[in-house]
Amino acid sequence: MSTEAKTDRLNKRFSELKESGRAGLVTFITAGDPSIEISQQLLDALPDSGADVIEIGMPFSDPMADGPAIQAASLRALSAGASLAGTLEMVKRFREKDSETPIILMGYFNPIYQYGSSRFVNDAISVGVDGLILVDLPPEEDDELCDPARTAGLHWIRLVTPTTDPERLRTVLANSSGFVYYVSIAGITGTKAASVGSVADAVSRIKDTTALPIAVGFGIRTPEQVRNVAAVADAVVVGSAIVETIEQHATGDRPDPESLKAQVLTLVKNLAAGTRR
Amino acid sequence: MASHQSPANPLESYRSGPDERGHFGIFGGRFVAETLMPLILELEAAYEEAKQSPEFQRDFDYYAAHYIGRPSPLYFAESLTKRLGGAKIYFKRDELNHTGAHKINNTLGQILLAKRMGKTRIIAETGAGQHGVATATVCALFDLPCVVYMGATDIERQAPNVFRMKLLGAEVVPVTSGTGTLKDAMNDALRDWVANVDNTFYIIGTVAGPHPYPMMVRDFQSVIGNETKEQILAAEGRLPDALVACIGGGSNAMGLFHPFLDDPVRIVGVEAGGLGVETGKHAASLTGGHPGVLHGNRTYLLQDPDGQIIDAHSISAGLDYPGIGPEHAWLFDQQRVDYVSVTDEEALEAFKLCCETEGIIPALEPAHALAHVSKLAPQMSPDEIIVMNLCGRGDKDIFTVAEALGVKL
Repeated sequence: MSTEAKTDRLNKRFSELKESGRAGLVTFITAGDPSIEISQQLLDALPDSGADVIEIGMPFSDPMADGPAIQAASLRALSAGASLAGTLEMVKRFREKDSETPIILMGYFNPIYQYGSSRFVNDAISVGVDGLILVDLPPEEDDELCDPARTAGLHWIRLVTPTTDPERLRTVLANSSGFVYYVSIAGITGTKAASVGSVADAVSRIKDTTALPIAVGFGIRTPEQVRNVAAVADAVVVGSAIVETIEQHATGDRPDPESLKAQVLTLVKNLAAGTRR
Repeated sequence: MASHQSPANPLESYRSGPDERGHFGIFGGRFVAETLMPLILELEAAYEEAKQSPEFQRDFDYYAAHYIGRPSPLYFAESLTKRLGGAKIYFKRDELNHTGAHKINNTLGQILLAKRMGKTRIIAETGAGQHGVATATVCALFDLPCVVYMGATDIERQAPNVFRMKLLGAEVVPVTSGTGTLKDAMNDALRDWVANVDNTFYIIGTVAGPHPYPMMVRDFQSVIGNETKEQILAAEGRLPDALVACIGGGSNAMGLFHPFLDDPVRIVGVEAGGLGVETGKHAASLTGGHPGVLHGNRTYLLQDPDGQIIDAHSISAGLDYPGIGPEHAWLFDQQRVDYVSVTDEEALEAFKLCCETEGIIPALEPAHALAHVSKLAPQMSPDEIIVMNLCGRGDKDIFTVAEALGVKL
């Protein structure tokens, strides 16, 4: 039943990155932001602009671990008609052209709970999703989605935070695979950045406990920050900076889809340059 | 109707929840971001320890008696009983507490715990401002800085409570994210907590949120039901036939109900039906919603088929929440408690009735409970007894009521 036997895009991608001696760039966009159509076009163009792994946010009305930028992105997407089924459809279309770039869906549990956990797992696998990050499903709630998702062959990626002590770290890593997402600040997405020194310490501490690749995110916005974090981690996650660029171009009086796409993809290219020496 | 029942199996109890994972049946749990998990686990351990501590209990009892003014009276509403004709109606008068509502029972308990844990900063969410005022009050008393998150629209509607909080030294932060209502205030309080994990204690105002909050808030509010039990036995020599309380998140109701759950007493929770459950403009999560996950727990929620949360509507800002405490959700599924709804209009009628017959201006929240009492009492016999939780006074609501009645102040 495991899809890992077929292709494990995520493990393969991290092996390739390791071989080429560089960190990966993980980019985040919210499905359906600012419209279903533009969001699909952005998604399809991300790999060529330098995204090694793509995280797609599943819109939710009440994303309580996210900052204003990502919450606003969710609300824009929802008013544009986004839904969980629509997010899966986006991945399906993406996979028609790209069978290599790993896709991680990130979000909150309630939309999946309404969709049905086992139906969601089946559909996610069949459209070509590689892994899941569920912000509000800690290990204490593993039976809700983590267990069935892992059994079916999806990666389950967890957040490790500065508040995660060594004992908790073992609990957090127990049922996870793919990579570890280190949240470099105690806080919400899109706020201040952590110092490179503290990130390096944390990454080496986590590496003592797991062989999984470590991706670092929260508060990373510029190519320079990407370069600094890339020196100490296996991948760098950028979300709010991309989403804010979408917002700037989506909320004006005359939104211009072409300049929006150009701006976002230029930003991604510049960020990607930070992962390449 | 499922009431008048003791548990089917005498070994079973409706009072034994939650389990060690914080679940009441399928409801409750700990659906929070990993950043918060260590805090929630720390809080749970600290609360379990405090519960066993005679010193903690002594402090709670001391301030409950001398600062809040407990026990609150159990009052026989004789004129109202005559007017309605039927069961004898008693009011549990938690509106006579310091700050004018039941909310302070919980904020007292939580701030004593915060101090015990060495926390130096308090945050809270508030809708109408009652919980915000109750939190600001105990923060002033115990000299801790207090930040209250409040929806921008609620800040406009509830100017007197905003001013009260500021007088008490609290910082009131307007919440504009999402739809700028109570649920968004809770989101922003959670965001603050995630960013200030070292020194901050989050005082949640109702029996919702991640475990251990639903249990902890229930325990602090159970002072209401425990007193009621003693008082009604003293007054009538027996337990009441029915308990009635209004429900937003459900803390006043849980406080009254919980000590009676294993007794042969009919229990009714009254949700805010807004313009009518059939209109979609309401706050009746049980009668008009279905199970989902929000704010750390699984419970009944107002939501669309895609799982997006829908805003609640009620004339009473204190009931205007799209969820309900998980223990209520469980008691609803167990059919131990009956949950009904009354509309804005019915609540207004009951508000006037209470003013006219008893000389008590109730808050719009318990006016919902009274609206149901006025339907229930006439169907019962004069030797039966209803206890209703009069959980808040109505001074804060006079502007809303005036507007609804078309009166210009």
